[in-house]
Amino acid sequence: MNFPVKTKTDFKVVGTRVARPDGVEKVTGRALYGADFSVPGMLTGRVLRSPHAHARIKSIDTSAAEALPGVKAVVTAADFGVPEDMSLRDVQDNCMARDKALYDGHAIAAVAATDAETARAALKLIKVDYEVLPHVTDVDAAMAADAPVVQQDRADESVPEGSGPNVTNFFEFGHGDLDAGFARADLILERSFRTEATHQGYIEPHACLANMSADRGELWCCTQGQFLVRELCAGIMQMDASQLRVTASEIGGGFGGKTTVFIEPVALALSRKSGRPVKMVMTRDEIFRATGPTISSSMDIKIGMTKDGRITAAAAKLRYQGGAFPCETVSFGAQAAFAAYDLEAVRSLGWNTLANRPKQAAYRAPGAPVSIYAVESVVDELCQELKLDPLEVRLLNAARDGTKASYGPTFDQIGLVATLEAAKAHPHYAAPLGKNQGRGLSCGFWFNFGGNTCVSLNINNDGTVGVTEGNPDIGGSRASITMMAAEELGIPYEKVRTVITDTNSLGHNDVTDGSRVTFAVGLATIKAARAAIEVMCARVAKIWGIDEDAVAWEDGYAKPSGPNAGNFDPMSLAEIAAIASETGGPIAGHHEVNAEGAGVSFGVHLADVEVDPETGATKVVRYTVFQDAGKAVHPDYVEGQMQGGSVQGIGWALNEEYIYGEDGRLQNAGFLDYRIPVASDLPMIDTVILEIPNPGHPYGVRGVGETSIVPPLAALSNAVSRAAGIRLHELPMSPPKILKAMMSKD
Amino acid sequence: MQYFKPQTAAEAADILAKSAGKARILAGGTDLLVQLKSGMIEPEMIVDIKHLDGMHDITQENGGYRIGAAVPGIKLGQHKGVVALWPGVVEACELIGSTQVQGRCTMVGNLCNGSPAADSVPAMVAANAVVRITGPEGTRDCPAFDIPTSPGKISLMPGEFITSVYLPARPKHASDAYLRFIPRTEMDIAVASAGVNLELAEDGTIRAARVVLGAVGPKVMLVEDAASAIIGSKLDDAAIDALTAACRAAASPIDDKRGTVEFRTQVVGVLAKRAAHIAMQRAGDQT
Repeated sequence: MNFPVKTKTDFKVVGTRVARPDGVEKVTGRALYGADFSVPGMLTGRVLRSPHAHARIKSIDTSAAEALPGVKAVVTAADFGVPEDMSLRDVQDNCMARDKALYDGHAIAAVAATDAETARAALKLIKVDYEVLPHVTDVDAAMAADAPVVQQDRADESVPEGSGPNVTNFFEFGHGDLDAGFARADLILERSFRTEATHQGYIEPHACLANMSADRGELWCCTQGQFLVRELCAGIMQMDASQLRVTASEIGGGFGGKTTVFIEPVALALSRKSGRPVKMVMTRDEIFRATGPTISSSMDIKIGMTKDGRITAAAAKLRYQGGAFPCETVSFGAQAAFAAYDLEAVRSLGWNTLANRPKQAAYRAPGAPVSIYAVESVVDELCQELKLDPLEVRLLNAARDGTKASYGPTFDQIGLVATLEAAKAHPHYAAPLGKNQGRGLSCGFWFNFGGNTCVSLNINNDGTVGVTEGNPDIGGSRASITMMAAEELGIPYEKVRTVITDTNSLGHNDVTDGSRVTFAVGLATIKAARAAIEVMCARVAKIWGIDEDAVAWEDGYAKPSGPNAGNFDPMSLAEIAAIASETGGPIAGHHEVNAEGAGVSFGVHLADVEVDPETGATKVVRYTVFQDAGKAVHPDYVEGQMQGGSVQGIGWALNEEYIYGEDGRLQNAGFLDYRIPVASDLPMIDTVILEIPNPGHPYGVRGVGETSIVPPLAALSNAVSRAAGIRLHELPMSPPKILKAMMSKD
Repeated sequence: MQYFKPQTAAEAADILAKSAGKARILAGGTDLLVQLKSGMIEPEMIVDIKHLDGMHDITQENGGYRIGAAVPGIKLGQHKGVVALWPGVVEACELIGSTQVQGRCTMVGNLCNGSPAADSVPAMVAANAVVRITGPEGTRDCPAFDIPTSPGKISLMPGEFITSVYLPARPKHASDAYLRFIPRTEMDIAVASAGVNLELAEDGTIRAARVVLGAVGPKVMLVEDAASAIIGSKLDDAAIDALTAACRAAASPIDDKRGTVEFRTQVVGVLAKRAAHIAMQRAGDQT
């Protein structure tokens, strides 16, 4: 068998806009989400959470709660072991506080009762004796030498001598001679920035149903990765992975926030202790207080530019706080900060600090939006000072094929210049602006990821095909995978169904993250299809009595191939499937891979805003996204990713923020005062898909899920600066901040 | 928790009077159910009043309109007569919540929730709205302005509840408007707000005015200095400046997660100015 490399023109299914496979079930309410699973005898689990930002737990008395009729189990940290692996211990301690409550909302105890009212009443009967400790929630305050110590001795070997007690990790990237670079600059700007934490804001709350017997468990939950849930929960429950089966529900949004566990180990522990199934569903208040928001940041950026727009040197110092447990998000921020630029001298340094906030979780391109916001703001300010066109300056300095990236590797086949050229040629870039309006531009970047992937593809007797994969569909991957299977097999899209299976049915699949699924699972699906094709060709060769090499697969048919193959009527997939039992049994293809070659993705965003000079309110009036998708398998979904990320970035830029009081408690744990954009806040987000094929994928696919959240922060800040004549160095740019800056200017 | 569905207003008042403050009233339920669900309140009784006589009626009365306590925002917005007579009150009421909430939420509930940021309240007060109260002692009328006393607190006596709100008649060339500031475009709570009710003289100058502010003090605020600043004018720049200054002087907001003292003080003047212009335009457009 030989498989010709597909070219852009000969796709039949890939690139079309077929009906999504999950659409009808979702709009008719039949899709089963995390809270939709029920079994007889099920209990309701609820969590008692710390009202303090930082407190030593001196004692917990659960006796009154346990005595309440209807209460079947109460668990605290004492019901769990102490994992040796530090990262697993952190996950467990985040699910259930051991010794100290590390943030407002930290889980202290949990109950399982016959109904929610009893469970709530039981929580009130649990007596916790706290010793309230000094707390710190601000990133700069947390970095200080005299800051309250969130956790003792968590610094790794990278942390420089003399760092504050909460600093846990330090990273450094870059190359070249900074001093020489800055010496060549005509203008050097140094600016400091601050950004607040934002939440992923998925609509579906975390929910799970756990059913444990003595040593065997079933867990249904809403997650971005059932295999990761199994690994973490089996570790925490000290049981064999084989004895815990995890099934992922349909998912109502994740954006990275569902790549860990919060209530799942607690539900399993409650189920084990009570001997009954336990269902847990988080409230929105709990989600804001105790699941992963992003990091908050404080950053210093220094960039030098010649008067004709060439960047001579660039440096970044990034300080991120990722909550009460160590994290490495700042490393992504530091690597991504200058990725869009071809620089001779560049350096980015990053520090992570602990603070009394919830443990940060991944959020769409984790770490990159804020560092790139800061860099793109300074580049824009340089353009303003030097009276240069911001798009031409990006083109002049853009990373290209062969550029040594600021974080180490050399780029191969990247789409940044094409994306910038598309923006330059688009009518949006030259469109006139109205009164109080301004236009902002920003580049964005994300690495993308491949990872461990395992796919089965089964040829059914009736000539249809089932694809079994292990990654929850958070952005249309089921459609894309189905399309790629149909494309490779040469059969209609409607003949293929893709299901996402439980942890017992496939080998390990990495969590749905890093924009990896359409790339890596797609790649594995294509290869599984090829494996099935090889089997089918072999079967046909046997029927025809010719060599396997003399049978080729073309458009869904096995055909004789080559001068000596003979003259046979082609056999369709359905014909081969129908007689499979007579030719050797069921036909299937498999592929297992740790996929590499994900292919980075660049985007350019143009934003027009209008700022009300009397109230400081910003309205986004026009917005266009230009992004390299490699190959857009299902363009609707690709556009949806570009739009969805943009909207989340717009929210981050304008109004979304974690607001902590003096007492260290979260002030806005709900969608009323945590302001994600509503539909009426936004114009249509226009999209332009670029297709610069990724050499690492059979069809050229790149991940598209994350890049789009990166540029909006700076695009909006740059637009506000031009509309209102003021430059903010802080997010969000809420109306009080903009109005204050405008009033101080006058 | 017990649910009561009394058949008469008197019966409802009786249940409420005997509840010793442990009952909550259900009409639209858009505040009550949220508070129950979040565990903010745990009442022993729920007294449902939405089916009582007149609760869903909008009736003409002496040239004005009496609006039942269970009339939802959407019904108010569909009533041509009320929309024509008090467009500012209607637009304020229509800002409460989402489309779904509009199907249930009521002006009276908005008033009795006691929030200084309630959208319909400044507009009702600007309109000189009067509420009718039933209680153990019988029925009494009271200006809407006197119902809220401080955040979450109202002046109703034990056993009392509001059965309707009356929006009075008004002369020709009179109108009103309501504006609020929110960081988004909907689904939010006023950071500052202003209702303006104007009556024009034959020559087009303002003969009477009521300027009312929301979310810039512990309760809704009637600013007489702001009204004086524009009475006799056609909203020329000097009058507008005086109106804006009077509103800013009257405002006594707090710093919180929704806005700063500085921002609210500044913006409430802008809102009063803009609402006055809209009310003026509407009053002038009437033939």
